[in-house]
Amino acid sequence: MAIFPFLVSGWILLVGVFGLVVSRDLIQAIGCLSVAQSSTYVLLLAIGYRRGATAPVYADLPVGSPVVDPVVQALALTDVVVGATVTALLLALVIQLRKRHGTVDPEQLTGLRG
Amino acid sequence: MSRTARLWLFGAAAVVIAACFAAACSGLPSFGTTTHPYGERAVAAALRQRTANAVSSVNFDLRAFDTLGEESILFASVLGATMLLRLARDERKNVPGPERVLPSTRLFGALLLPVTLLVGVYIVAHGQLSPGGGFQGGVVLATGLHLAYVAADYLVLKQVRPLEVLDIADALAAGAFTALGVAGLIVSGAFLHNFLPLGTFNQLSSGGLVPVINAAVGIEVGSGVIVLLAGFLDQAVEISEAGRGPAAPDAKDA
Repeated sequence: MAIFPFLVSGWILLVGVFGLVVSRDLIQAIGCLSVAQSSTYVLLLAIGYRRGATAPVYADLPVGSPVVDPVVQALALTDVVVGATVTALLLALVIQLRKRHGTVDPEQLTGLRG
Repeated sequence: MSRTARLWLFGAAAVVIAACFAAACSGLPSFGTTTHPYGERAVAAALRQRTANAVSSVNFDLRAFDTLGEESILFASVLGATMLLRLARDERKNVPGPERVLPSTRLFGALLLPVTLLVGVYIVAHGQLSPGGGFQGGVVLATGLHLAYVAADYLVLKQVRPLEVLDIADALAAGAFTALGVAGLIVSGAFLHNFLPLGTFNQLSSGGLVPVINAAVGIEVGSGVIVLLAGFLDQAVEISEAGRGPAAPDAKDA
């Protein structure tokens, strides 16, 4: 099926969001957010794929040979790094939550505390 | 909201998302198709700019302004995480003691640390030629340095990691990206426009501005990741609440 790889990325997104919804632990929720985010890599790379083509690097490739779409690869690349640092920021937030409230269960976080 | 209500809400939303997503996908060009008009133009532009690695050309030349935005997100998250992980008023720092390490592990680390750092620098420097670049090389550099923690102990890591310098390097590299953009504006009349000689295709000096921006990104990613990991390692190894053990399990008011 020609659109199967695209549907896989939608499925990964929904699995990630489902995890976010049922999660009782913020660390797990951040993991689920990363899973949901990784669906974009699959979608981008599936869109850029070209049958019979190779990596878009001409260092040892004759100019003119078919390559996969470099634009989506560049997008996926920056996405990975930015995703990693944003995950780190969220984890730092959870560490502070754990220190101030003594819990990482979002259901038990009721009041604001300085 | 109760748990079941939330599940029902998710179920309803998931059905809508799945239906719309599938409908949107059926309108896309089919998987593996040979026509990529945007990609082909990007490849042509990359070759015109004499950058062998088209991905780097897209990141640091054709869509460098986008990369500047992502770079800023990266910088902001590192800044935010270090702010969140700083020493609070009711916490204190423990002095970690030296740990015992197997001599073979220590030897392995001492041998591999320079190799990994060299590989990282190589990947950053060849970003415009071979797969790699500032983002990947920066991460290799940053994680490679932590061999000092794996193969020795925290004290050794602190010695090989000049945090104050890296903090400044992170900010300077982030600023250098913008400065290069402004330089392009002044010299060629467009922000982030290439103003350096393009060089010979497939040589280390090819690509004009690409290797320079690449190096700035490499420094920023490398120092950013080290600073981030330093914050988290501090939490685990050094910081503890006053008058308690390193991992006080109960809640505490600020």
